Amino acid sequence: MKKQVYAAALTTAMLGTLLAGCGGGGGTEGAGSNSGGTAGTAGGEKVTLKMMHLWPDGSNSAQNKLVKQIIDDYQAANPKVTIQTEVLENEQYKNKLKVLSASNNLPDVGFTWAAGFLEPYIKGNMFTPLDDLLKGDLNGKFVSGTTEAYAIDGKTYALPVELNIVPVYYNKEIFKKYNLTPPATLEELKTVIKTLTDNGVTPVALGGKDAWTSSFWYMYLAERIGGAGLLDKSIASGTFTDPGLIQAGRTMQELVDLKAFQKGFNGLSNDEAKSEFMNEKAAMYAMGTWEVPNYTTNPDVPQAFKDKIGFFKFPTVEGGKGTVNNWVGGPGVGLFVSEKSKVKEEAKKFVSYFVQKWGENSVTKAGIIPATKVDTAAVQLPPMFTELLSELNKADKVTLYVDVQMKPGASEEHHNLVQALAGKALTPEEFAKKQEEALKAGK
Amino acid sequence: MHKVMSNPKMIALYVLPSLLLILGIIYVPIILTGYYGLMQWDGVSPMTFIGLENYKTLLQDAAFGNSMLHSFLFAVLSTLSLSVYMLIALVLSGQIKGANLLRKIYLIPMLLSSVAIAQLWLKIYHPSSGILNSFLEALGVEETPDWLADPDIVLTALFVPILWQYAGFYILIYYAALKNIPSSLIEAARIDGANSLQIALRIKLPLAAEVIKVTVVLAVVGSLKYFDLIYVMTDGGPNGASEVMASYMYSKAFRSFDFGYASAIGFFLLIVCLVMTWGIRRLTATKDTIEYS
Repeated sequence: MKKQVYAAALTTAMLGTLLAGCGGGGGTEGAGSNSGGTAGTAGGEKVTLKMMHLWPDGSNSAQNKLVKQIIDDYQAANPKVTIQTEVLENEQYKNKLKVLSASNNLPDVGFTWAAGFLEPYIKGNMFTPLDDLLKGDLNGKFVSGTTEAYAIDGKTYALPVELNIVPVYYNKEIFKKYNLTPPATLEELKTVIKTLTDNGVTPVALGGKDAWTSSFWYMYLAERIGGAGLLDKSIASGTFTDPGLIQAGRTMQELVDLKAFQKGFNGLSNDEAKSEFMNEKAAMYAMGTWEVPNYTTNPDVPQAFKDKIGFFKFPTVEGGKGTVNNWVGGPGVGLFVSEKSKVKEEAKKFVSYFVQKWGENSVTKAGIIPATKVDTAAVQLPPMFTELLSELNKADKVTLYVDVQMKPGASEEHHNLVQALAGKALTPEEFAKKQEEALKAGK
Repeated sequence: MHKVMSNPKMIALYVLPSLLLILGIIYVPIILTGYYGLMQWDGVSPMTFIGLENYKTLLQDAAFGNSMLHSFLFAVLSTLSLSVYMLIALVLSGQIKGANLLRKIYLIPMLLSSVAIAQLWLKIYHPSSGILNSFLEALGVEETPDWLADPDIVLTALFVPILWQYAGFYILIYYAALKNIPSSLIEAARIDGANSLQIALRIKLPLAAEVIKVTVVLAVVGSLKYFDLIYVMTDGGPNGASEVMASYMYSKAFRSFDFGYASAIGFFLLIVCLVMTWGIRRLTATKDTIEYS
């Protein structure tokens, strides 16, 4: 009898904890959403904004500090607002964003990528349009062509903070040693490559395992041969039959045959390739302007190395339709406001503030080109930066990275195909045909 | 207390929490995966029911066919390599000098995490500065292979570190099984004039049969769902040359945003693993169990 009582007591205790657990969880959740709701409507009370970003301290410490600074300033100016941040590394960030939106739990403010990446989130009604900000506070602040990448069906769903273009960096000292000058045409580039390989120097550092790096070369060749806008048109119409696209594939393979890229590039990551360039084993490296801090402001890189690095615009191709002032690039990440956010107006205000502050500070403090316009006369900048900014102002066109333009399925296939093209596992014709099939699949 | 434990209600009460956990963490997701496999879903926007369409696509998907082929090839290879591990275990369990030290040497790779192993082998395979190619160059080879960039060799290059990684695990299992065999049996055989080979083939192996069966299942199922080292070292590339079923599933889910299709792959993978396990157990079923006496 005693034992039974004991057992019953145990049972109630266990059930009790179970129930308490559930009840407790439900209770706090309810309280949380309540306070958020009232704050949003009343406006005079405390507001908590949740924000997610992808610049962990360490790997992107400049950006990380800048975000912290902006948030501190905003909180100081708006004492009733508290901003909670969650920071994840790139790949994890993408995965978490997906999981959160599937469970309807997106943070109030966060970062997204443009075009193809954005589309599913818009179809799922996850982000709120920010056109009123663009017409109001932020009117005319952005470099033209940057916010468009975040627009779907005439509405803009995120505001970019960065703008990147892809120059070819080169090691002046290696060039000088072999009497080379930055090539202006493809033929000159080939001569440079031949001279370097003859002397046992790797001409170009390329991490083909991360296929987007090889894609830079393909994109430039396609635009130089087939003319500015060829890629945009081809992707928009879902055709990949233009002779310029096939010719670009052929030229890409010619460069591979010339041993332009480092040995075994298809098995090396971008980081590994980058270290070849940083260790001065390779003479050239085509990469986005996010690398510029390494050649200008980054205190971890020796000044002697920084002084050796210059850049040139991707060479033109004889008989090609493209000009030298057509760049490959595009906005990086942009800020979104969640459609389901309970404090949408506050979130929008913060986004507007963030974008402007970022624009003012990112060049000088973090060495990043913002998507908002920069007055180069007013700020003190490293020469390479000023040159790139003025190049950007002269640009005829900035072609948005094709893998960003395409929908996720076609984009992933593009990565595989570029890898195969560069590895000579596909002919340029097969490459074009398969790319078209992937575009037509509509995924 | 005995009374409490024999009370069905009490049993249910004590089993229930862990049962709920297992159901919630393992079985419910499996069922959900099967359910998502019937959907067209990018993971974010609303899903649409498309029936068995994903599975039909799966059967015609050449890239998936390739990755499945690679997985099966890997399963066969790791099963075959079990014999080598057994051989090593037989040698170690005999009276050889330094057996203890050797056992530890074999076991160390198992203590390293997959990512560490991947980083290590990435360095070994590095096309220009890796020790493998440096060694070949020293031998006078002019065109050294691009281990991870050449579609013809990338699979072999990947299987080597994976088999090496798990060698210690299987050797340890075999070693334990062999050490469990009563020494009286072996001594008796020796007195009867049996040599070491005869003892190994007629006494040790039959007595370790049950353990061998288990390891075959482990090796096959483990290979079919293998993912981590491949993900870190090649990411399935170049152009799918080293893609296996699990890495293909990951790429479909998180790169192509095709969650429905990825779920279908996941469910298919589960069924393949179940069928293989059942098949292996069927093939190796023995009626008489061996007992030491």
